[in-house]
Amino acid sequence: MIDPLWLAVIGTSALAFILKYLGHSVPKSWLSHPRILKINSLIPIALLSALVAVQAFTKDSRLIADQRLAGVGVAVLALILRAPFPVVVISAAATSAALFHLN
Amino acid sequence: MNRATAAQSLSVSLTVGAYGIAFGAASVAAGFSVWQSCLLSLLTFTGASQFAVVGVLGAGGSAISGIATATLLGVRNTLYGLRMAPVLNVKGLRRIFAAQLTIDESTGVALSQEKTGLREMRQGFWLTGIGVFIFWNIFTLAGALGAQAMGDPAAWGLDAAVPAAFLGLLWPRLINKTDRLLAVAACALALAMTPYFVPGVPIISTAVLAVFFGLRARVWK
Repeated sequence: MIDPLWLAVIGTSALAFILKYLGHSVPKSWLSHPRILKINSLIPIALLSALVAVQAFTKDSRLIADQRLAGVGVAVLALILRAPFPVVVISAAATSAALFHLN
Repeated sequence: MNRATAAQSLSVSLTVGAYGIAFGAASVAAGFSVWQSCLLSLLTFTGASQFAVVGVLGAGGSAISGIATATLLGVRNTLYGLRMAPVLNVKGLRRIFAAQLTIDESTGVALSQEKTGLREMRQGFWLTGIGVFIFWNIFTLAGALGAQAMGDPAAWGLDAAVPAAFLGLLWPRLINKTDRLLAVAACALALAMTPYFVPGVPIISTAVLAVFFGLRARVWK
């Protein structure tokens, strides 16, 4: 009988690596068609946009608006004002943390 | 070395790395040993999957369901790999390292340099991948050993800093109308699906939108 915790550690790690390696192993020729190139360049945009939304607006599979929303709102403002990247991140953190402590 | 890329990589590595404390603490609280928690960060090295597996087992779920949930969250790394492989163009041992470092953060920084050039994309990928790897693992160990003085990541605003960082990486890449529309559509679809699907599915599903927009977009060159 394998310990479930060890099974989880090894199984998760092995599958995570296989998934990562798979993407790097697709033959170049499959990806060289202009249409596929276009789609391939759009996929990370879709995934990372979705990631931002899920990280900012959800908790435990529920939609929720909390201090994170204000933090990300300030980040948007900083981006519009062309603030340097670290300023964008720090202003979001400061806003969210301030609201967290106020509550 | 491009200074803006270096600043991005460092900011992302520190912000996301600091979350490792929360992971280390959550993992030990779920019943994993310090050693097992560190192995998860070293070998799995994809945050969402790691939080998922310790969450499932901590809540009394089976190893298989923990692995399944974590794996679903890891599928997006395959899609990142498809994008990064032609940029990095590496073989053998280097490809193994590149694969292990293919995560949201390294892909995000590379993506934000797309306008600048291939060289900057590569630099962004490696710098961020290695940076996150170092900080994520150090902070996991700290969290697992009981550095809970830090407390809730929300108290430090980390829960907003992480999405803000990804947004900051994405921002310069939203060049034309197609990109912006796709970004908004992906946010909407993922949020609409979140209450009804298991974690991981809402985000990967947005790849379908990328295919749809890609088929309709004008193709240059």
